[in-house]
Amino acid sequence: MAYTAEKPSLNPTADELRARIPGWGVDLDPRDRPGHVKERFVAGETGAHWEFPDRQPESYPRERTNEHKFLTPVFGTSCPPRGLSGAIRRYAYNFSEGKMAHWLLLMGADRVDVIESRVIGALTGKPDNLITESGILSELKRNGFKSRFKRKRADLKHQVLDPVVALTDPPI
Amino acid sequence: MRAMVYRGPYRIRVEEKDIPAIEHPNDAIVRVTRAAICGSDLHLYHGLVPDTRVGSTFGHEFIGVVERVGSSVERLHVGDRVLVPFNISCGSCFFCARELYANCHNVNANASAVGGIYGYSHTAGGYDGGQAEYVRVPFADVGPTKLPEWMDEDDAVMLTDACPTGYFGAELGNIREGDTVVVFGAGPIGLFAARSAWLMGAGRVIVVDHLDYRLEKAKSFAYAETINFSEHDDMVLLLKKMTDYLGADVCIDAVGAEADGNFLQQVASTKMKLQAGSPVALNWCIDAVRKAGTVSVVGAYGPMLTSVKFGDAMNKGLTIRTNQCSVKRYWPRLFEHIQSGVLRPRDIITHRITLDEIAEGYHMFSSKLDNCIKTIVVPQAA
Repeated sequence: MAYTAEKPSLNPTADELRARIPGWGVDLDPRDRPGHVKERFVAGETGAHWEFPDRQPESYPRERTNEHKFLTPVFGTSCPPRGLSGAIRRYAYNFSEGKMAHWLLLMGADRVDVIESRVIGALTGKPDNLITESGILSELKRNGFKSRFKRKRADLKHQVLDPVVALTDPPI
Repeated sequence: MRAMVYRGPYRIRVEEKDIPAIEHPNDAIVRVTRAAICGSDLHLYHGLVPDTRVGSTFGHEFIGVVERVGSSVERLHVGDRVLVPFNISCGSCFFCARELYANCHNVNANASAVGGIYGYSHTAGGYDGGQAEYVRVPFADVGPTKLPEWMDEDDAVMLTDACPTGYFGAELGNIREGDTVVVFGAGPIGLFAARSAWLMGAGRVIVVDHLDYRLEKAKSFAYAETINFSEHDDMVLLLKKMTDYLGADVCIDAVGAEADGNFLQQVASTKMKLQAGSPVALNWCIDAVRKAGTVSVVGAYGPMLTSVKFGDAMNKGLTIRTNQCSVKRYWPRLFEHIQSGVLRPRDIITHRITLDEIAEGYHMFSSKLDNCIKTIVVPQAA
């Protein structure tokens, strides 16, 4: 037991486990596992045929964290910052990732972005549709009642708040 | 092309977008044949991840066919069927050169703390993801690999994230022969972690969750003992009793930021965004593991604060190992296991939907309807 030197052993033997569990022990030796030696130097074997990649052209001033020395050679170009949310995002990147201001500003900008996008959507003939976008119809198609009724689920207590969040985060 | 786009917390829709362009000489454009919804996509869906922009496309688990290649691509050709790891990696930075492809330093302009991930907000680099008909794949010579002729496409899409991450979660536990391993979370990652723990010689594997159908899967797919934590007042005490008051040798957190088990923690994190994640599962790991044991964390958390019982971790002398999985490092071993029949990742797939059904798919997954464990998305252009 735990109060003496021997480890309490309530577990089956290796032979019993090998007989019951397909593949038991095939990766038993930790030195034979793929992640053995956490940082295994393999430069030249990764597929890269460059020491430093070619730089991707910057078609707009790309926002970046100040914890990088320069803009990374390759970067994503989805949804460039725009409008007020974009201005807040650009401002947020003046703070390092170690500062709460960085993340709180980005979280705030996300909410402003949603408001701006819903207004733009409404004005440009692509309004948001709460019913279809929330996927609420799956409650009827995917056994919403049966999935919850008399099931011991810890999440049922707070699932009632999901529509509240959908409607109030942000409040438009 | 048609693509899923984010419209705000709990709201997504399908829109027409331009087919991605080649933006760098080593890009490829891949036509997606299978994508999947991940549990971590729900953090984006719920509005928890900073810098998630309206109009962005999620989806970091996908396979497809190469449609176009940039001028410097050497290993892939148009028409190749490929698996694409969820990590975007350059192959040449400090981290990639040491096989830490998940921590690439050359692909995420927005955050040095995170590598590049498809479809996972600007915090993960601002790349659109694969819940679409086409996707831009940077560094095509480094990440993707050709789909072996013998491999089932459903197994292949499971190999882009879920299966390697689960296996990695077990490996991070430093499991030795006979160890008692507790896996928190019976979602796809937890199921693969539990199954993999046996491959590494575990003597006992216990899976903890609150969803009965997932616990049944843990028994049938992962041969695990199961505990429904909603039936018990004190999970930690229960696990101590089950291990003769020693504690588990290894605890694996396969739950992450939206852990259930404490109503206040859930509301404060997931609903009100006052912290980056509910720490319930992580704290159960710290408390239930034995002194000098190992806690493996592959559940995803956000970049802000999460209230973790670090004092207990320190006083117990724990080893805490964590990272995003560097997927391509694990492919050779996992390919062997699938080809030999030891692993069948496709067995955990429960639902198959089209891109047009994706909003309902997310709601189903978020609300855990219809015994949902893993949902595959098949875009029409496939």
